[in-house]
Amino acid sequence: MELLANLALGFQTAVSPMNLLYCLVGAVIGTLIGVLPGIGPVQTLAILLPTTFSLPPVSALIMLAGIYYGAQYGGSTTSILVNVPGEASSVVTCLDGYQMARQGRAGAALTIAALGSFAAGCFATVVLAVLAVPLSELAFKFGPAEYFSLMVFGLIGSVVLAAGSLLKAVGMIILGLLLGMIGTDVTSGIQRFSFGIPELADGIGFVSLAMGLFGICDIINSLENREKRDILKSKLTGFWLSRQELKESAPAVLRGTLCGSLLGILPGGGTILSSFTAYMLEKKSSRHPESFGKGNIRGVAAPEAANNAAAQTSFVPLLTLGIPPNVVLAMMAGAMMIHGVQPGPRVISSNPELFWGVIVSMWMGNLILVLLNLPLVGIWVRLLSVPFRLLYPAILLFCCIGLYSVNNNTFDIGLTAFCGLLGYVFHKLECEPAPLILGFILGPMMEENLRRGMLLSRGDASVFFTRPLSLAFLLMAAILLALVALPSIRRGRATAFKEK
Amino acid sequence: MRIRHAKDFCAGIMFLLFGAAAMFFSTGYAIGNAANMGPGYFPFALGAFLVVLGVACLLRSVLWKSGSQPWPALHFKPPALVLSSVVLFGLLLRPLGLAVSAIALVVLSSRASHEFRWKEALLNAAVLIIVVLVVFVYFLEFQVPVWPSFPADRT
Repeated sequence: MELLANLALGFQTAVSPMNLLYCLVGAVIGTLIGVLPGIGPVQTLAILLPTTFSLPPVSALIMLAGIYYGAQYGGSTTSILVNVPGEASSVVTCLDGYQMARQGRAGAALTIAALGSFAAGCFATVVLAVLAVPLSELAFKFGPAEYFSLMVFGLIGSVVLAAGSLLKAVGMIILGLLLGMIGTDVTSGIQRFSFGIPELADGIGFVSLAMGLFGICDIINSLENREKRDILKSKLTGFWLSRQELKESAPAVLRGTLCGSLLGILPGGGTILSSFTAYMLEKKSSRHPESFGKGNIRGVAAPEAANNAAAQTSFVPLLTLGIPPNVVLAMMAGAMMIHGVQPGPRVISSNPELFWGVIVSMWMGNLILVLLNLPLVGIWVRLLSVPFRLLYPAILLFCCIGLYSVNNNTFDIGLTAFCGLLGYVFHKLECEPAPLILGFILGPMMEENLRRGMLLSRGDASVFFTRPLSLAFLLMAAILLALVALPSIRRGRATAFKEK
Repeated sequence: MRIRHAKDFCAGIMFLLFGAAAMFFSTGYAIGNAANMGPGYFPFALGAFLVVLGVACLLRSVLWKSGSQPWPALHFKPPALVLSSVVLFGLLLRPLGLAVSAIALVVLSSRASHEFRWKEALLNAAVLIIVVLVVFVYFLEFQVPVWPSFPADRT
């Protein structure tokens, strides 16, 4: 019953006209940007972060959540129609979605993607609401040692799923942690690594880092690739699913939802892992595995449901433990901190209307997307035909204006250009920027917990191994690392990432 | 000794440099001890770890067995033009205002595309300025200088 009362509180907050409007605006501009080829939720969030800064925290988070789902939905639209995934988790949707589109069933593919996502979103919202309270109560029992070990586990988890070399991914985490050290040290109050630059007293701005590494850097990469895109020219018709298609896709949606809800909660999990797993599951369990990749509707339904469910349940570790499980949630964590809300177990008790309001608004956002996107799909398609050479200067301009508005200074613009350069170098050296962002977000918290933990144990590092929960987290981290280092799994991981 | 994996080699150098720099600058702050860590303790430890990782990366790049990996291909034009257009926008915004700096940004960054055409870029800039003025300045009321301000105007 407490759950119902909580959800009612959430509805009160989320359904207020202003918040509903922000949810709607977020979903629309999220889709608008997310639909652009090569731009996924991470880039969309990075580009649009500054637009939410003038809002009160609840509305800002509701709008950001809307942007996130909108971007994800826009990404699947692009995958189906253009065969250019905006992000890794829509890669799977390309496989069968684009084939369906070529067979003239683009409308059906878009419909099942929308309906599947909505169904998954409804279920995952309930999972999130049910798990949140007990988990955050568990988190209150955590001391600094447990928190430190949990963060180690979370960071390792994010590495395991990054494509490419493990060694370099760990290096990127450490680099991220170090970048997070820049600015005023909370404990002693002295300024570290700011080199006398007053603008760095509060550290590197999260917006500058995220926008440089993802927004600007990705524009440069797209310019280098000069890829030609063939957009589906035929008219979109037939949004209704046939009876046969419905019968095939409904159980697939259900399986995808369960799979995504579960995998979304794990650190390092989230949308990529869950959509890949759901697709594999469908293919393995099908009586006609050879029909996958040739326009099987189950190959669209299951991963789309899975990635939306995971997108939602991955809020669980962030909102209850304060650990962002993947880079998109790291963006959300960064945004929360900018609004003065420290993600963690205290959010539920100190900001209940924010917590439940955001949860309910996620469900609302999904509903809005279904109602809005299918009728508007024609507009999104037209947007896809705007040539990239006209689009990217516009994106750059919006980024720059947004950046200036964060602190009303031009230093942030220069800093972003520098981060863009760094991102370009990382890209050339095949170093993934996602672990760096996670490290950057967790760096200050990790240091604080390490210092507190060691202070309490009077400098005895064994405290991390003697407290059972802390030991459990460290063991899980070690097992994950060992698993990835095993040759057989390494090969499997390489092929899994090659499929994109 | 030959460098067989060029990207790993460069990444190793990068980690090494960042790690060494972190260690060097950390010594400028109080290190403290394990029970009572100073502000330099954690960054120093991270820097040391990064140096180790950098060395591991370097070693792997010379011991790499499965086929030689090429040096990364560099195209100078896109990164140089895109990044410099962003910097230019930052430099021009305060003295010349949004309208002028937006034209500079759009035209300069458009040149990074291999399909660049003057007419198109200028037209794009003109349209974007109108959009930006309406959306950001008029509706969202962003506090941005719009027109050039001359020293005499400043009070």
